[in-house]
Amino acid sequence: MLSGLTVSERHAALFVLGALALVGLAMAVAGQGDPLAVHGYIVLAFSLALGFAVLSVLFAPEPPESRLSEYYDDPTRVGIILSLAWAVAGMFVGVWVAALLAWPELTFVDSAWASFGRLRPVHTSGVIFGFGGNALIATSFHVLQRTCRARLPDQFSPWFVLIGYNLFCLVAATGYLMGLTQSKEYAEPEWYADIWLVIVWVVYFLIYIRTLQRRKEPHIYVANWYYMAFILVVAVLHIVNNLAVPVSFGHAKSYSLFSGVQDAMTQWWYGHNAVAFFLTSGFLGMMYYYLPKRAERPIFSYRLSIISFWGITFMYMWAGAHHLHYTALPQWVQTLGMTFSIVLLVPSWASAGNALATLNGAWHKVRDDATLRFMMVAAVFYGLSTFEGSFMAIRAVNSLSHYTDWTVGHVHAGALGWVAMITFGSLYALVPWMWKTERMYSPRLIEVHFWLALAGTVVYVFAMWNSGIIQGLMWRTYNDSGTLAYSFIDSLVAMHPYYIARAFGGLLFLAGAVVCCVNVGMTIRMARRAQKAEAGGDVPVLAPAGE
Amino acid sequence: MKEFFHRKIERNAIGFVLAIVGVASIGGLVEIAPLFTIHETVEDAPDMRLYTPLELAGRNIYIREGCYACHSQMIRTLRDEVERYGPYSLAVESKYDHPMLWGSKRTGPDLARLGGKYSDAWHVAHLMNPRDVVPESVMPRYGWLKTNALRIDDLGEHLSAQRTVGVPYTDAMIEHAVADARGQANPDGNEAAGVSERYGEKTNVRAFDGNPGLLTEMDALVAYLQIVGQLTAAAHQEAAVKEE
Repeated sequence: MLSGLTVSERHAALFVLGALALVGLAMAVAGQGDPLAVHGYIVLAFSLALGFAVLSVLFAPEPPESRLSEYYDDPTRVGIILSLAWAVAGMFVGVWVAALLAWPELTFVDSAWASFGRLRPVHTSGVIFGFGGNALIATSFHVLQRTCRARLPDQFSPWFVLIGYNLFCLVAATGYLMGLTQSKEYAEPEWYADIWLVIVWVVYFLIYIRTLQRRKEPHIYVANWYYMAFILVVAVLHIVNNLAVPVSFGHAKSYSLFSGVQDAMTQWWYGHNAVAFFLTSGFLGMMYYYLPKRAERPIFSYRLSIISFWGITFMYMWAGAHHLHYTALPQWVQTLGMTFSIVLLVPSWASAGNALATLNGAWHKVRDDATLRFMMVAAVFYGLSTFEGSFMAIRAVNSLSHYTDWTVGHVHAGALGWVAMITFGSLYALVPWMWKTERMYSPRLIEVHFWLALAGTVVYVFAMWNSGIIQGLMWRTYNDSGTLAYSFIDSLVAMHPYYIARAFGGLLFLAGAVVCCVNVGMTIRMARRAQKAEAGGDVPVLAPAGE
Repeated sequence: MKEFFHRKIERNAIGFVLAIVGVASIGGLVEIAPLFTIHETVEDAPDMRLYTPLELAGRNIYIREGCYACHSQMIRTLRDEVERYGPYSLAVESKYDHPMLWGSKRTGPDLARLGGKYSDAWHVAHLMNPRDVVPESVMPRYGWLKTNALRIDDLGEHLSAQRTVGVPYTDAMIEHAVADARGQANPDGNEAAGVSERYGEKTNVRAFDGNPGLLTEMDALVAYLQIVGQLTAAAHQEAAVKEE
């Protein structure tokens, strides 16, 4: 795969990896006695290992000119595999931490890194950034080339984005285990990881814009609007929210530039829009390409796509304040946040409706094809969780739901039902195209995965709805004498059965992801065998035995 | 007309990029920028004091162990929350919190008024094994805090980084950060006097983990937990005014 790079691209790769190794070395030296040094060694080892891989093909012949007549899909293939690996790892940790809440003494290892507080962000980042992010990068490269009818501008920068992004994920995850976090939800990695991500992200944007400029289609396809919004706005959010001053260049620790109220508003402006532009816009890009493609029907309404896109892009940025109802944030901001959150339902449902209406006339395919069914259910969950989101933004509802498991349930209805399902659906469509097989290894296993995923999501979400609403109601129940009826610990005890149910739901979902890995792995093997058979022709298979 | 405009914009990549950034920026600008300029956002609290180096180190351990994910530090203006936890939180109380730790989930109770509520010994026992003091608790154990020596050599750098982001630490505070951290956890040592001199008479100076000989992470975390909600009495005063 690496020998597909041109000689000058290999040189560029070596140069970048050399520079990265030096950065790692500098971190290791400057960070003596600080976890920063550990990250220095990780970066150093990472870049040296890749450097050797590049060195081993340095003198291989130039790839043939014919490569330019094909799209460049190697990064997409690797991205799919990385995405699935992160999915299993992230979901495994998720089940683990869910079990810890039901049985707190269930620590296999009684050491700091295995504590709930440090594992929890590994789950969050592993699933959102590892699984989701890799899937977005992989699919965006695929969609971009097809919809522009143009090859990626070069072969090095896509690798830089994919590998560089995974280095970010690796640094983030290992950092959490060492206790490195800036405690901002969804923005937990420390300053140097943040800076690295900005560099990766700028290259990602440049790939996008350069390919768009090379396009042979007059129009920019709808999916690319969403991918573009995802790349651009995530960059803006990431940079502003992560403004911080490190203790020194030898310290991993930093202090946020903002404090108190301003920090809370910035954090939720970021946090809510990480949901909007990472977990919604990016995956809508996926949906707008793979769903019509798989259903073999054009998208239902172009006009709805336009309304939905600009509505989401404009309105989501106002909505973050609804996370701060009844807090010390000035009330006019809370009210603005609530208002826009409610109106947001319109563009959200425009997309959900657009997707479902696209399936009109293709419902028999939804019945027979689990891949398409994944996408259909994803669109339904998208509609459900955006409705729930608008509902929860209402002050009175929020006073009950906030701080409870209802929020956790809501987030997972979106994460499992929408994000993961649209991703699995898209991957099942994409894998056979990428490895040039007629279909996935086993359609029956897709069916098994679908039911595991759906059952897992339903169990999880209902458990958390119950637990959240019970929790919220117990906190505010008064008895006849006008005093609070329950202590906090009473409400905690009431959660126990739901925490067990949640761990079980998560386990089902994880099992589904494992089934998916098996299926993808077997499909790749099937493709390799077919290739070998083609290349080998009729070479005799009889080998002399015993010699 | 609108259709026509959109057809134009979707053929122009750069124009599209600019349109996305422009449209997406409005909401944030309207909601965030005024928070920095409108004076009413944060109340005045003349009695507000700073975190001592030891408390700041404790706060960093609180962040490191992910406590913020299960405990909020924001009491909302709802009747049941005020009755359960105490006066609702004011903006000024987290004025020196870089970053804030308001939280979004209460797997455990809110901690905004935790300071002074329990003894040091209770906190130590609770952190060693929460189920020893609250049998139903699902909180993890944090045994390593009691044995890990606290890193203090760099506390001066921490304080000056805090000053860079706007916390008014004085030169003397930065210079004496290491000694103050030692002094605060060792009341009988000769470094203890400087702590009350620089951070006020009411500063807690004692062996938080019960062992004055060794400065541990437990000392720091307990020192922090005992000051949460105690930096200013503004919230209690506001509540008293309302009752009158």
